[in-house]
Amino acid sequence: MSEALPDFKLIRPTSLDEALNALTAQPNTRLCAGGTDLIVNMRRGLETPDVLVDLGAISDLKTITMDDKGLRIGAGVTLRDLAGHAGIAGAFSAITQAANAIAGPNHREVATLGGNLCLDTRCQYYNQSHWWRKSNDFCLKYRGDICHVAPNGNRCRAAFSGDLAPALIVFGAKVEIAGPDGVRSCDLADLYREDGADHLTLTKDEIVIAVQIPPTDAASAYDKIRVRGAVDFPLAGVAVACRTDASGARHFALAVTGTNSMPLRVDMPDPLGKDDDPDSYFKALEKLVQKAVSPQRTSTIAPHYRRLSASALSARLARALI
Amino acid sequence: MKRIVALTLNGRATEDAIAGNTLLIDYLRDTHGLTGAKKGCDGGECGACTVLVDGRPRLSCITLAASCEGTKVETIEGQAKAGRLSALQRAFHENLGTQCGFCTPGMILSATSLLRTNPDPDTDEIKTALGGNLCRCTGYVKIIQSVKAAAKAGENP
Repeated sequence: MSEALPDFKLIRPTSLDEALNALTAQPNTRLCAGGTDLIVNMRRGLETPDVLVDLGAISDLKTITMDDKGLRIGAGVTLRDLAGHAGIAGAFSAITQAANAIAGPNHREVATLGGNLCLDTRCQYYNQSHWWRKSNDFCLKYRGDICHVAPNGNRCRAAFSGDLAPALIVFGAKVEIAGPDGVRSCDLADLYREDGADHLTLTKDEIVIAVQIPPTDAASAYDKIRVRGAVDFPLAGVAVACRTDASGARHFALAVTGTNSMPLRVDMPDPLGKDDDPDSYFKALEKLVQKAVSPQRTSTIAPHYRRLSASALSARLARALI
Repeated sequence: MKRIVALTLNGRATEDAIAGNTLLIDYLRDTHGLTGAKKGCDGGECGACTVLVDGRPRLSCITLAASCEGTKVETIEGQAKAGRLSALQRAFHENLGTQCGFCTPGMILSATSLLRTNPDPDTDEIKTALGGNLCRCTGYVKIIQSVKAAAKAGENP
Protein backbone atom coordinates (compact mmCIF):
# COMPACT_ATOMS: atom_id res chain seq x y z
CA MET A 1 0.00 0.00 0.00
CA SER A 2 2.51 2.56 1.24
CA GLU A 3 0.73 5.66 0.01
CA ALA A 4 1.35 8.82 1.99
CA LEU A 5 -1.56 10.55 3.60
CA PRO A 6 -2.85 13.44 1.50
CA ASP A 7 -2.35 16.88 2.94
CA PHE A 8 -5.13 18.10 5.22
CA LYS A 9 -5.70 20.44 8.10
CA LEU A 10 -6.22 18.60 11.39
CA ILE A 11 -8.59 20.05 13.99
CA ARG A 12 -8.95 18.49 17.45
CA PRO A 13 -12.00 20.07 19.13
CA THR A 14 -12.60 19.44 22.82
CA SER A 15 -16.36 20.08 22.76
CA LEU A 16 -19.25 18.98 20.56
CA ASP A 17 -20.14 22.60 19.66
CA GLU A 18 -16.60 23.22 18.43
CA ALA A 19 -16.78 20.04 16.37
CA LEU A 20 -20.14 21.02 14.81
CA ASN A 21 -18.78 24.45 13.94
CA ALA A 22 -15.61 22.99 12.45
CA LEU A 23 -17.67 20.56 10.40
CA THR A 24 -19.52 23.32 8.59
CA ALA A 25 -16.79 25.99 8.51
CA GLN A 26 -15.18 24.67 5.32
CA PRO A 27 -16.35 22.39 2.53
CA ASN A 28 -14.81 18.94 2.15
CA THR A 29 -14.46 18.37 5.89
CA ARG A 30 -14.55 14.86 7.32
CA LEU A 31 -15.02 13.52 10.82
CA CYS A 32 -12.53 11.06 12.24
CA ALA A 33 -12.98 9.04 15.44
CA GLY A 34 -10.49 6.20 16.02
CA GLY A 35 -9.39 6.42 12.39
CA THR A 36 -8.83 2.67 12.07
CA ASP A 37 -10.88 2.58 8.86
CA LEU A 38 -10.78 6.19 7.63
CA ILE A 39 -7.00 6.60 7.77
CA VAL A 40 -6.52 3.38 5.83
CA ASN A 41 -9.02 4.61 3.21
CA MET A 42 -7.30 8.01 3.08
CA ARG A 43 -3.96 6.34 2.41
CA ARG A 44 -5.59 4.48 -0.47
CA GLY A 45 -6.85 7.74 -1.91
CA LEU A 46 -10.49 6.84 -1.23
CA GLU A 47 -11.01 9.88 0.97
CA THR A 48 -9.30 13.22 0.36
CA PRO A 49 -10.64 15.69 2.92
CA ASP A 50 -9.19 19.21 3.15
CA VAL A 51 -10.02 19.33 6.85
CA LEU A 52 -10.11 16.41 9.27
CA VAL A 53 -12.02 16.91 12.53
CA ASP A 54 -10.61 14.46 15.07
CA LEU A 55 -13.32 13.68 17.66
CA GLY A 56 -10.89 11.88 19.99
CA ALA A 57 -10.50 14.76 22.45
CA ILE A 58 -14.23 15.25 23.21
CA SER A 59 -14.67 13.58 26.59
CA ASP A 60 -18.47 14.15 26.64
CA LEU A 61 -18.86 11.52 23.93
CA LYS A 62 -17.08 8.84 25.94
CA THR A 63 -19.62 8.04 28.65
CA ILE A 64 -21.75 4.96 29.25
CA THR A 65 -24.80 5.28 31.52
CA MET A 66 -26.99 2.39 32.53
CA ASP A 67 -30.03 2.83 34.78
CA ASP A 68 -33.72 1.91 34.98
CA LYS A 69 -34.38 4.06 31.89
CA GLY A 70 -32.04 1.89 29.86
CA LEU A 71 -28.60 2.10 28.38
CA ARG A 72 -26.94 5.11 26.73
CA ILE A 73 -23.55 4.68 25.07
CA GLY A 74 -21.61 7.74 23.85
CA ALA A 75 -20.42 7.53 20.25
CA GLY A 76 -16.82 8.12 21.37
CA VAL A 77 -16.71 5.06 23.65
CA THR A 78 -13.93 2.80 22.43
CA LEU A 79 -14.73 -0.77 21.48
CA ARG A 80 -12.38 -1.93 24.23
CA ASP A 81 -14.30 -0.02 26.89
CA LEU A 82 -17.60 -1.18 25.40
CA ALA A 83 -16.49 -4.83 25.37
CA GLY A 84 -15.16 -4.53 28.92
CA HIS A 85 -18.31 -3.03 30.48
CA ALA A 86 -19.64 -5.59 32.96
CA GLY A 87 -23.19 -4.19 33.04
CA ILE A 88 -23.56 -4.40 29.25
CA ALA A 89 -22.07 -7.91 29.20
CA GLY A 90 -24.71 -8.98 31.72
CA ALA A 91 -27.81 -7.46 30.12
CA PHE A 92 -26.92 -7.01 26.44
CA SER A 93 -24.51 -9.84 25.64
CA ALA A 94 -24.90 -9.41 21.86
CA ILE A 95 -23.35 -5.93 22.14
CA THR A 96 -20.33 -7.23 24.08
CA GLN A 97 -19.87 -10.13 21.69
CA ALA A 98 -20.12 -7.82 18.66
CA ALA A 99 -17.66 -5.30 20.14
CA ASN A 100 -15.19 -8.10 20.87
CA ALA A 101 -15.55 -9.48 17.34
CA ILE A 102 -14.49 -6.25 15.63
CA ALA A 103 -11.02 -6.13 14.06
CA GLY A 104 -8.06 -6.93 16.35
CA PRO A 105 -7.41 -5.96 19.99
CA ASN A 106 -5.12 -3.10 19.00
CA HIS A 107 -7.80 -1.57 16.76
CA ARG A 108 -10.35 -1.82 19.55
CA GLU A 109 -8.17 0.37 21.76
CA VAL A 110 -9.10 3.42 19.66
CA ALA A 111 -11.95 2.40 17.36
CA THR A 112 -15.29 3.74 18.60
CA LEU A 113 -18.99 2.94 18.62
CA GLY A 114 -19.73 5.95 16.40
CA GLY A 115 -16.99 4.96 13.97
CA ASN A 116 -18.29 1.42 13.67
CA LEU A 117 -21.86 2.63 13.11
CA CYS A 118 -20.70 5.05 10.39
CA LEU A 119 -18.19 2.60 8.90
CA ASP A 120 -17.79 2.94 5.15
CA THR A 121 -19.19 0.08 3.09
CA ARG A 122 -16.68 -2.42 1.71
CA CYS A 123 -16.09 -4.19 -1.59
CA GLN A 124 -13.25 -6.09 -3.23
CA TYR A 125 -13.37 -3.55 -6.10
CA TYR A 126 -13.23 -0.57 -3.73
CA ASN A 127 -10.86 -1.40 -0.85
CA GLN A 128 -7.82 -1.54 -3.11
CA SER A 129 -4.87 0.71 -3.90
CA HIS A 130 -5.30 3.65 -6.27
CA TRP A 131 -3.40 2.00 -9.13
CA TRP A 132 -5.48 -1.18 -8.76
CA ARG A 133 -8.75 0.72 -8.94
CA LYS A 134 -7.51 2.96 -11.75
CA SER A 135 -6.45 0.02 -13.89
CA ASN A 136 -9.97 -1.35 -13.39
CA ASP A 137 -11.55 1.98 -14.50
CA PHE A 138 -12.64 2.72 -10.93
CA CYS A 139 -16.19 1.79 -9.84
CA LEU A 140 -19.61 3.24 -9.13
CA LYS A 141 -18.74 4.00 -5.52
CA TYR A 142 -15.76 6.15 -6.43
CA ARG A 143 -15.02 8.00 -9.68
CA GLY A 144 -16.28 5.26 -12.00
CA ASP A 145 -19.64 4.70 -13.63
CA ILE A 146 -20.04 0.97 -13.41
CA CYS A 147 -20.50 -1.41 -10.51
CA HIS A 148 -18.19 -4.35 -11.20
CA VAL A 149 -20.19 -6.48 -8.79
CA ALA A 150 -23.50 -5.99 -10.62
CA PRO A 151 -22.67 -4.30 -13.95
CA ASN A 152 -26.30 -4.23 -15.07
CA GLY A 153 -27.53 -2.58 -11.89
CA ASN A 154 -27.68 1.10 -11.22
CA ARG A 155 -26.50 1.20 -7.64
CA CYS A 156 -23.40 0.33 -5.65
CA ARG A 157 -23.54 -3.04 -3.92
CA ALA A 158 -20.67 -2.54 -1.43
CA ALA A 159 -21.45 -4.33 1.83
CA PHE A 160 -22.05 -2.64 5.16
CA SER A 161 -19.62 -4.38 7.49
CA GLY A 162 -20.09 -2.87 10.94
CA ASP A 163 -20.62 -5.49 13.64
CA LEU A 164 -22.31 -3.32 16.26
CA ALA A 165 -25.29 -2.06 14.25
CA PRO A 166 -27.19 -5.39 14.13
CA ALA A 167 -26.41 -6.08 17.80
CA LEU A 168 -27.98 -2.71 18.70
CA ILE A 169 -30.88 -2.91 16.24
CA VAL A 170 -32.23 -6.13 17.78
CA PHE A 171 -32.76 -4.18 21.03
CA GLY A 172 -34.66 -1.40 19.20
CA ALA A 173 -31.81 1.08 19.65
CA LYS A 174 -32.23 4.74 18.86
CA VAL A 175 -29.40 6.93 17.71
CA GLU A 176 -28.85 10.52 18.88
CA ILE A 177 -27.61 12.84 16.17
CA ALA A 178 -26.35 16.37 16.77
CA GLY A 179 -26.63 18.96 14.01
CA PRO A 180 -26.75 22.73 13.59
CA ASP A 181 -30.42 22.76 14.71
CA GLY A 182 -29.87 20.72 17.87
CA VAL A 183 -30.10 17.04 18.69
CA ARG A 184 -32.50 14.67 16.93
CA SER A 185 -33.15 11.02 17.57
CA CYS A 186 -34.18 8.25 15.18
CA ASP A 187 -34.30 4.47 15.04
CA LEU A 188 -30.79 3.17 14.45
CA ALA A 189 -32.14 1.11 11.54
CA ASP A 190 -33.18 4.40 9.86
CA LEU A 191 -29.59 5.65 9.93
CA TYR A 192 -28.99 3.45 6.89
CA ARG A 193 -30.22 3.03 3.33
CA GLU A 194 -29.61 0.24 0.81
CA ASP A 195 -27.05 2.05 -1.35
CA GLY A 196 -23.39 1.16 -0.94
CA ALA A 197 -22.21 4.51 -2.30
CA ASP A 198 -24.41 6.54 0.05
CA HIS A 199 -25.48 4.25 2.85
CA LEU A 200 -25.88 6.77 5.69
CA THR A 201 -28.91 9.01 6.03
CA LEU A 202 -26.80 11.52 8.00
CA THR A 203 -26.39 14.95 6.45
CA LYS A 204 -22.92 16.46 6.02
CA ASP A 205 -23.28 18.70 9.08
CA GLU A 206 -24.42 16.02 11.54
CA ILE A 207 -22.54 13.95 14.12
CA VAL A 208 -23.72 10.71 15.73
CA ILE A 209 -23.32 11.35 19.47
CA ALA A 210 -24.89 8.39 21.26
CA VAL A 211 -27.04 5.27 21.11
CA GLN A 212 -29.94 4.64 23.47
CA ILE A 213 -31.47 1.28 24.28
CA PRO A 214 -34.62 0.74 26.39
CA PRO A 215 -34.36 -1.69 29.32
CA THR A 216 -34.83 -5.29 28.28
CA ASP A 217 -34.91 -8.77 29.72
CA ALA A 218 -34.19 -10.39 26.37
CA ALA A 219 -31.37 -12.89 26.00
CA SER A 220 -29.14 -12.14 23.04
CA ALA A 221 -26.13 -13.25 21.03
CA TYR A 222 -23.93 -12.07 18.14
CA ASP A 223 -21.56 -14.04 15.95
CA LYS A 224 -19.96 -13.60 12.56
CA ILE A 225 -18.60 -15.65 9.71
CA ARG A 226 -15.07 -14.68 8.67
CA VAL A 227 -11.98 -16.31 7.25
CA ARG A 228 -9.68 -15.72 10.25
CA GLY A 229 -10.64 -15.65 13.92
CA ALA A 230 -9.39 -12.08 14.37
CA VAL A 231 -9.06 -8.80 12.47
CA ASP A 232 -11.40 -9.73 9.59
CA PHE A 233 -14.57 -7.90 8.64
CA PRO A 234 -17.71 -10.05 8.65
CA LEU A 235 -18.61 -12.05 5.57
CA ALA A 236 -21.92 -12.24 7.40
CA GLY A 237 -22.72 -11.28 10.98
CA VAL A 238 -25.91 -12.11 12.87
CA ALA A 239 -27.41 -10.69 16.07
CA VAL A 240 -30.41 -12.34 17.73
CA ALA A 241 -32.43 -11.30 20.76
CA CYS A 242 -35.06 -13.52 22.37
CA ARG A 243 -37.71 -12.32 24.83
CA THR A 244 -39.98 -14.72 26.68
CA ASP A 245 -43.49 -13.40 27.43
CA ALA A 246 -45.81 -14.33 30.32
CA SER A 247 -47.30 -17.26 28.36
CA GLY A 248 -43.84 -18.72 27.80
CA ALA A 249 -43.82 -17.84 24.10
CA ARG A 250 -40.52 -16.68 22.63
CA HIS A 251 -40.29 -13.52 20.56
CA PHE A 252 -37.20 -13.26 18.39
CA ALA A 253 -35.57 -10.19 16.83
CA LEU A 254 -32.82 -10.74 14.28
CA ALA A 255 -30.52 -8.48 12.27
CA VAL A 256 -27.75 -9.28 9.80
CA THR A 257 -24.66 -7.36 8.69
CA GLY A 258 -22.13 -7.93 5.92
CA THR A 259 -24.63 -9.17 3.35
CA ASN A 260 -26.29 -5.95 2.17
CA SER A 261 -25.36 -2.29 1.89
CA MET A 262 -27.09 -1.69 5.21
CA PRO A 263 -27.61 -3.69 8.40
CA LEU A 264 -30.75 -5.67 7.72
CA ARG A 265 -33.50 -6.31 10.24
CA VAL A 266 -35.19 -9.56 9.27
CA ASP A 267 -38.92 -9.93 10.05
CA MET A 268 -39.36 -12.98 12.23
CA PRO A 269 -42.12 -15.59 12.11
CA ASP A 270 -44.84 -15.48 14.81
CA PRO A 271 -43.52 -16.15 18.31
CA LEU A 272 -42.42 -19.66 19.18
CA GLY A 273 -45.19 -20.91 21.49
CA LYS A 274 -44.50 -23.13 24.49
CA ASP A 275 -46.01 -26.15 22.74
CA ASP A 276 -44.74 -25.43 19.23
CA ASP A 277 -42.19 -27.64 17.55
CA PRO A 278 -38.83 -25.80 17.71
CA ASP A 279 -37.35 -27.77 14.81
CA SER A 280 -39.89 -26.59 12.27
CA TYR A 281 -39.78 -23.09 13.75
CA PHE A 282 -36.02 -22.75 13.31
CA LYS A 283 -36.22 -24.30 9.85
CA ALA A 284 -38.70 -21.56 8.90
CA LEU A 285 -36.46 -18.93 10.50
CA GLU A 286 -33.49 -20.19 8.51
CA LYS A 287 -35.49 -19.98 5.25
CA LEU A 288 -36.60 -16.42 6.09
CA VAL A 289 -33.02 -15.23 6.60
CA GLN A 290 -31.92 -17.02 3.44
CA LYS A 291 -34.56 -15.14 1.48
CA ALA A 292 -33.97 -11.76 3.12
CA VAL A 293 -30.22 -11.36 2.77
CA SER A 294 -28.58 -10.39 -0.48
CA PRO A 295 -24.82 -11.04 -0.44
CA GLN A 296 -23.05 -10.00 -3.65
CA ARG A 297 -19.60 -10.55 -5.12
CA THR A 298 -18.18 -7.89 -2.80
CA SER A 299 -15.63 -10.31 -1.31
CA THR A 300 -13.66 -13.23 -2.64
CA ILE A 301 -15.95 -15.63 -0.77
CA ALA A 302 -18.89 -16.85 -2.86
CA PRO A 303 -22.20 -15.04 -2.22
CA HIS A 304 -24.12 -18.31 -2.08
CA TYR A 305 -21.85 -19.56 0.69
CA ARG A 306 -22.38 -16.35 2.65
CA ARG A 307 -26.15 -16.60 2.22
CA LEU A 308 -26.21 -20.17 3.54
CA SER A 309 -23.77 -19.32 6.36
CA ALA A 310 -25.82 -16.31 7.46
CA SER A 311 -29.02 -18.36 7.64
CA ALA A 312 -27.37 -21.35 9.34
CA LEU A 313 -25.71 -19.04 11.87
CA SER A 314 -29.06 -17.33 12.52
CA ALA A 315 -30.80 -20.60 13.31
CA ARG A 316 -27.88 -21.76 15.47
CA LEU A 317 -27.79 -18.56 17.54
CA ALA A 318 -31.59 -18.42 17.92
CA ARG A 319 -31.77 -22.05 18.98
CA ALA A 320 -29.10 -21.52 21.62
CA LEU A 321 -31.19 -18.76 23.22
CA ILE A 322 -34.23 -20.92 24.09
CA MET B 1 0.33 23.11 8.56
CA LYS B 2 2.65 22.11 11.36
CA ARG B 3 1.89 22.24 15.04
CA ILE B 4 4.06 21.75 18.10
CA VAL B 5 3.33 18.39 19.68
CA ALA B 6 4.73 17.59 23.10
CA LEU B 7 4.81 14.02 24.31
CA THR B 8 6.93 11.67 26.38
CA LEU B 9 8.89 9.26 24.22
CA ASN B 10 10.47 6.30 26.02
CA GLY B 11 10.52 8.31 29.24
CA ARG B 12 12.00 11.52 27.78
CA ALA B 13 10.01 14.67 27.11
CA THR B 14 10.04 15.65 23.42
CA GLU B 15 8.60 18.56 21.51
CA ASP B 16 8.47 18.58 17.73
CA ALA B 17 6.79 20.51 14.95
CA ILE B 18 4.59 17.93 13.26
CA ALA B 19 2.32 18.23 10.20
CA GLY B 20 -1.29 17.19 10.79
CA ASN B 21 -0.98 14.32 8.31
CA THR B 22 2.16 12.80 9.89
CA LEU B 23 1.62 9.23 11.00
CA LEU B 24 2.99 8.14 14.34
CA ILE B 25 5.18 5.49 12.70
CA ASP B 26 6.81 8.05 10.37
CA TYR B 27 7.33 10.41 13.30
CA LEU B 28 9.06 7.66 15.31
CA ARG B 29 11.15 6.27 12.47
CA ASP B 30 12.04 9.45 10.56
CA THR B 31 12.09 12.19 13.19
CA HIS B 32 13.55 10.13 16.03
CA GLY B 33 15.30 7.29 14.21
CA LEU B 34 13.40 4.72 16.25
CA THR B 35 13.13 2.06 13.58
CA GLY B 36 12.00 -0.73 15.90
CA ALA B 37 8.35 -0.23 14.97
CA LYS B 38 8.00 -1.85 11.55
CA LYS B 39 5.88 -1.07 8.52
CA GLY B 40 4.46 -4.45 7.58
CA CYS B 41 1.10 -4.26 5.85
CA ASP B 42 1.10 -0.48 6.31
CA GLY B 43 -2.66 -0.54 6.73
CA GLY B 44 -3.35 -1.67 10.30
CA GLU B 45 -3.77 -5.35 9.50
CA CYS B 46 -0.56 -6.98 10.75
CA GLY B 47 0.42 -5.33 14.05
CA ALA B 48 4.15 -5.00 13.23
CA CYS B 49 3.91 -1.25 13.88
CA THR B 50 2.45 -1.67 17.39
CA VAL B 51 3.77 0.76 20.01
CA LEU B 52 2.39 1.66 23.42
CA VAL B 53 0.50 4.92 23.94
CA ASP B 54 -0.23 5.53 27.62
CA GLY B 55 0.54 1.88 28.21
CA ARG B 56 -1.96 0.54 25.68
CA PRO B 57 -1.08 -1.03 22.32
CA ARG B 58 -1.61 1.24 19.32
CA LEU B 59 -1.11 0.65 15.59
CA SER B 60 1.29 3.46 14.76
CA CYS B 61 0.77 3.17 10.97
CA ILE B 62 -2.86 4.27 11.28
CA THR B 63 -2.39 6.74 14.14
CA LEU B 64 -1.85 10.46 13.58
CA ALA B 65 1.18 11.65 15.54
CA ALA B 66 -0.63 14.85 16.49
CA SER B 67 -3.36 12.83 18.21
CA CYS B 68 -0.71 11.60 20.69
CA GLU B 69 -0.23 15.07 22.16
CA GLY B 70 0.43 14.81 25.90
CA THR B 71 0.68 11.02 25.96
CA LYS B 72 3.45 8.64 26.94
CA VAL B 73 4.69 6.75 23.90
CA GLU B 74 6.85 3.64 24.33
CA THR B 75 8.65 1.78 21.57
CA ILE B 76 10.71 -1.40 21.62
CA GLU B 77 13.86 0.74 22.01
CA GLY B 78 12.64 1.86 25.44
CA GLN B 79 12.05 -1.60 26.85
CA ALA B 80 15.62 -2.44 27.91
CA LYS B 81 16.58 -0.63 31.10
CA ALA B 82 20.23 0.21 31.86
CA GLY B 83 21.44 -2.22 29.22
CA ARG B 84 19.32 -5.10 30.54
CA LEU B 85 16.65 -6.51 28.24
CA SER B 86 13.09 -6.61 29.57
CA ALA B 87 11.74 -9.94 30.80
CA LEU B 88 9.74 -10.32 27.58
CA GLN B 89 12.71 -9.51 25.39
CA ARG B 90 14.81 -12.09 27.25
CA ALA B 91 12.02 -14.65 27.08
CA PHE B 92 11.61 -14.19 23.30
CA HIS B 93 15.39 -14.60 22.94
CA GLU B 94 15.68 -17.66 25.15
CA ASN B 95 12.55 -19.44 23.87
CA LEU B 96 13.17 -18.76 20.18
CA GLY B 97 10.07 -16.55 20.03
CA THR B 98 11.82 -14.61 17.29
CA GLN B 99 12.46 -16.03 13.83
CA CYS B 100 12.93 -13.37 11.15
CA GLY B 101 12.21 -10.75 13.82
CA PHE B 102 9.99 -8.44 11.81
CA CYS B 103 6.88 -8.97 13.94
CA THR B 104 8.83 -9.17 17.22
CA PRO B 105 8.71 -5.52 18.37
CA GLY B 106 4.93 -5.46 17.87
CA MET B 107 4.51 -8.85 19.55
CA ILE B 108 6.59 -7.78 22.55
CA LEU B 109 4.76 -4.49 23.00
CA SER B 110 1.30 -6.08 22.71
CA ALA B 111 2.47 -8.71 25.22
CA THR B 112 3.94 -6.02 27.49
CA SER B 113 0.58 -4.32 27.65
CA LEU B 114 -1.08 -7.66 28.40
CA LEU B 115 1.31 -8.56 31.24
CA ARG B 116 0.90 -5.13 32.83
CA THR B 117 -2.85 -5.72 33.25
CA ASN B 118 -2.80 -9.50 33.55
CA PRO B 119 0.51 -10.78 35.00
CA ASP B 120 -0.41 -14.45 34.63
CA PRO B 121 -2.40 -14.94 31.41
CA ASP B 122 -3.52 -18.35 30.17
CA THR B 123 -3.00 -19.48 26.57
CA ASP B 124 -6.38 -18.18 25.38
CA GLU B 125 -5.79 -14.78 26.94
CA ILE B 126 -2.40 -14.55 25.24
CA LYS B 127 -3.90 -15.58 21.90
CA THR B 128 -6.65 -12.97 22.25
CA ALA B 129 -4.22 -10.19 23.19
CA LEU B 130 -1.90 -11.04 20.29
CA GLY B 131 -4.79 -11.64 17.86
CA GLY B 132 -3.91 -8.53 15.87
CA ASN B 133 -0.19 -9.34 15.55
CA LEU B 134 0.66 -11.57 12.62
CA CYS B 135 3.86 -13.65 12.29
CA ARG B 136 4.57 -14.64 8.67
CA CYS B 137 7.14 -17.18 9.92
CA THR B 138 4.14 -18.69 11.77
CA GLY B 139 6.15 -19.06 14.96
CA TYR B 140 3.09 -18.68 17.17
CA VAL B 141 3.75 -21.65 19.46
CA LYS B 142 7.16 -20.28 20.49
CA ILE B 143 5.75 -16.79 20.82
CA ILE B 144 3.07 -17.95 23.23
CA GLN B 145 5.69 -19.98 25.16
CA SER B 146 7.86 -16.86 25.35
CA VAL B 147 5.04 -14.76 26.82
CA LYS B 148 4.36 -17.50 29.36
CA ALA B 149 8.05 -17.69 30.28
CA ALA B 150 8.15 -13.91 30.78
CA ALA B 151 5.04 -14.07 32.97
CA LYS B 152 6.71 -16.80 35.02
CA ALA B 153 9.82 -14.65 35.48
CA GLY B 154 7.49 -12.30 37.33
CA GLU B 155 9.28 -9.00 36.65
CA ASN B 156 7.20 -5.89 36.14
CA PRO B 157 7.00 -5.48 32.37
